[in-house]
Amino acid sequence: MSGFLRLESLVKRFDGTEAVDRVTLQLERGELLALLGPSGSGKTTTLRLLAGFETPDEGRVIVDGEDVTRVAPVARRFGMVFQHYALFPHLDVRENIAFGLESLGVHGAELGRRVDRALALVDLAGFGARRIAQLSGGQQQRIALARALAPEPRVLLLDEPLSNLDPALRERTRREIRELIHRVGITTVLVTHEQDEAFELGDRVAVMRDGRLEQVGTPDELYGAPANAFVGGFVGSSSTAEVRVLGPSERGVRIALDAIEWDVDLPPGGARLPAGPALLLVRPEALRLTPPDPLAVPATIVSRRFVGPSAVYAARTDGGAVLEVIAPPQAVPAGARVGLMPSRRAGGGIHLFPLDGR
Amino acid sequence: MSASLRLRPSSLLLLAGLLWLVVYPIVLVLVEGVHDPAGWTLRYVRLFLDRPTEWDALWNSLWISLASVALAALIGIPLAFLFARYDLPGGRLLGGLVALPAVLPPLVGVLAFLFLYGETGFVSLLIQRVFRLSDPPWRLQGAGAILLVHAYSMYVYFYLLVRASLQSLDGSLLEAAASLGAGRVRTLIRVVLPHLAPALGGAALLTFMTSLASFSAPYIFGGGFRVMPTQIVATRLNGDDRLAMVETIALTVLALAALWLFRGSRARDAAAGGRKGAGPARVPVRHRGARLALALAGWTLAGILLLPHLTLLLVSFVPLGTWTTEPLPPAYTARNYLTLVQDPVRVRPLVNSLWLATVATAAAVAIALAGALVAARRRAAGSGLIEALLALPWAVPGTVFAIALATAFSVHAPWAGRVILVGTVWILPLAYLVRNLPLTSRAILAGVRALDPSLDEAAATLGAGRGRTLRRITLPLLRPALVAGASLAFVTAFGDFVTSIMLYTYDTRPISLEILSSLRQSDVGVAAAYGVVLMVVSAAVFAVGAGWGGGGGTG
Repeated sequence: MSGFLRLESLVKRFDGTEAVDRVTLQLERGELLALLGPSGSGKTTTLRLLAGFETPDEGRVIVDGEDVTRVAPVARRFGMVFQHYALFPHLDVRENIAFGLESLGVHGAELGRRVDRALALVDLAGFGARRIAQLSGGQQQRIALARALAPEPRVLLLDEPLSNLDPALRERTRREIRELIHRVGITTVLVTHEQDEAFELGDRVAVMRDGRLEQVGTPDELYGAPANAFVGGFVGSSSTAEVRVLGPSERGVRIALDAIEWDVDLPPGGARLPAGPALLLVRPEALRLTPPDPLAVPATIVSRRFVGPSAVYAARTDGGAVLEVIAPPQAVPAGARVGLMPSRRAGGGIHLFPLDGR
Repeated sequence: MSASLRLRPSSLLLLAGLLWLVVYPIVLVLVEGVHDPAGWTLRYVRLFLDRPTEWDALWNSLWISLASVALAALIGIPLAFLFARYDLPGGRLLGGLVALPAVLPPLVGVLAFLFLYGETGFVSLLIQRVFRLSDPPWRLQGAGAILLVHAYSMYVYFYLLVRASLQSLDGSLLEAAASLGAGRVRTLIRVVLPHLAPALGGAALLTFMTSLASFSAPYIFGGGFRVMPTQIVATRLNGDDRLAMVETIALTVLALAALWLFRGSRARDAAAGGRKGAGPARVPVRHRGARLALALAGWTLAGILLLPHLTLLLVSFVPLGTWTTEPLPPAYTARNYLTLVQDPVRVRPLVNSLWLATVATAAAVAIALAGALVAARRRAAGSGLIEALLALPWAVPGTVFAIALATAFSVHAPWAGRVILVGTVWILPLAYLVRNLPLTSRAILAGVRALDPSLDEAAATLGAGRGRTLRRITLPLLRPALVAGASLAFVTAFGDFVTSIMLYTYDTRPISLEILSSLRQSDVGVAAAYGVVLMVVSAAVFAVGAGWGGGGGTG
């Protein structure tokens, strides 16, 4: 196995249940990996295993060829930015950043230079004498980043780094963090439950659920070819319905939804399912609204929400499934009877998964 | 998990130490009450059960405590409502003054009441003069006198807890109730009272336990009226050690039963709870007559509450033997204070109390800090037990601990964890230490719990070891809690009477016992001067604790 940072089938149990269940990951030097999952999925525990706050029950953590599984956090030289930043409130900005450098024995003029360099890195030169309480949320976040980076750690860990910022600030900070991390070139693991955050920041994204890795890949891979309905549903917006697979067709595969048959094409690499019940996962842009039509699935418009220049309509089929469809904002009123058809350019927006598969 | 669940050697040591200090002595009392040199025996239990005086004392303890709760509630709750709800002229100053009885150590409060309402007290003499009575209008003795002192010193619990709870009440809840058509009475019953319930429960428990353990007032004013603590001391002075142990057990059982009945209502919970939203706005009193009446009533009240403090101050300037039947002392002198610093015999108790309290405070803070650091880590093994052990001495009256320590440390049996400390200088600091653990550790534990655990983790990822993290991060951030815990411990130890009277030696006699002996020699001036010293030092330590501990540190 290669890779600068390797997690080898890590297992961590709390009270007998696996919080982290055989997680294996590897990161190249300088890569930014986002761990994405709902709360309770084990992503934070994985991060804490990396930091050394928890010791895995099984498996190893290897960095640069060194097994650090049982190395204490103090000696691990991993930098971390905490969710609530954990800046030391009784120390000023300079003292906060100097704290980790002092652990390395840096002192005197060299200490001053490196603190200044860290401050400049996050664009807060001249803030050294400020008290923590005098900083805005965004500034605190950057100081936390500067403090973690100052001792030049081997790996940077970010725990929900943007969750404490207001939405307007979040987008800008996201870009700044990405730019900064790539400039520094540090291997980084980021934990988040925000899909947008994971997709914009991560070179690759690892989706977790119930302690297990569901899929690891680039944002394009996850969106275009989700490994299962969970990943498909967690990444981007989509809706699901139970369908029957009838068999292969010239375009791809023939399925039946509420007794109406659709001929849909599947993304390349998608699994071919045997005939029988299956779960359909469809993106709003992969469907289109039509007037009631014998070839379209009959449905009633339930609600509408605006997304940019378009609107997403929720339509309940007569069979009871609720599917989301993108269309112009004034297309139909709520309560209207409509038909649902796969869009002609549905390419990549329709996926089929085994029904019992999670 | 396996790693963090393992009991660290340091925790194990702490656990063992606490078991030895807090539980072991009480267990020894329990055992020795039914075991004499001849073997197991129920003789002393039977003796206890057969004597009506024992039952009287037990019953007295119970009803005095219940009556004290009722009286304290009756005074404290209306005051809390008054100051929390109405914007009175000078309300802020008054609101602070109302908490003043808290700075009077129990014995000093009793002393002040004696000078005020005793047979030759100012108020009694004044009334006797005004109405030309041949005898004092009342005798400050028995249950009534005890209840008076209890009501004066304990309503503060109700006042402070209920006021804090009222201030934390979300004002929009009252508005919501009003918008739903609830009148004032219904709002009070359905919204305000349930919110106050934890505070009321906490204050009632605090008052009951303090009252049950109260020793100074029954000792000085009780006369023939005995409650359990005074009964125990009397029995022990008689030399009936094993009977005293059985009495001690009875008192402990009563205390634990009360605690069990009140379980679930903790003063701690009163402070928590809905803090969101602004507190209800104070209602300004507009009517001029009402304002005047309220202001007058408020300042009269403050005067009455301050009277004991002022009396003490006045009496401390009375020369020996000059004040007998006059309503006000005829002569004044600073001699009493000079004696305290010049006469080696008078200086000694001051020095004793200072060093005893300092040693006990330092030890209590150290143990409480170690315990809090372990107990705050929820998943650490034994953390719950350590927290319980630190809190236990609070549930046990001081007399009980005095007897327990006197029992445990009067025998030389190192293999059984017993050495002779009774009669040495070390028994008093040890007793103060054990008694101070609950207050100190509660303050420090609250501080540790309020710390963001990720600060420790941040320090670790930045390469700081445990020592550096403690020195640079944990201790500076805990400073307010440490100072608060230390000042509570110091004040309690400095003014202690109940454990001292059973464990002191001539060389370690503290201020409280010197007050008692001055009083017995009718040297009221010196007794009051000591009282003033206790009062001023207590107030100063509290003030320094609040000022120094409160400023800065937290961000």
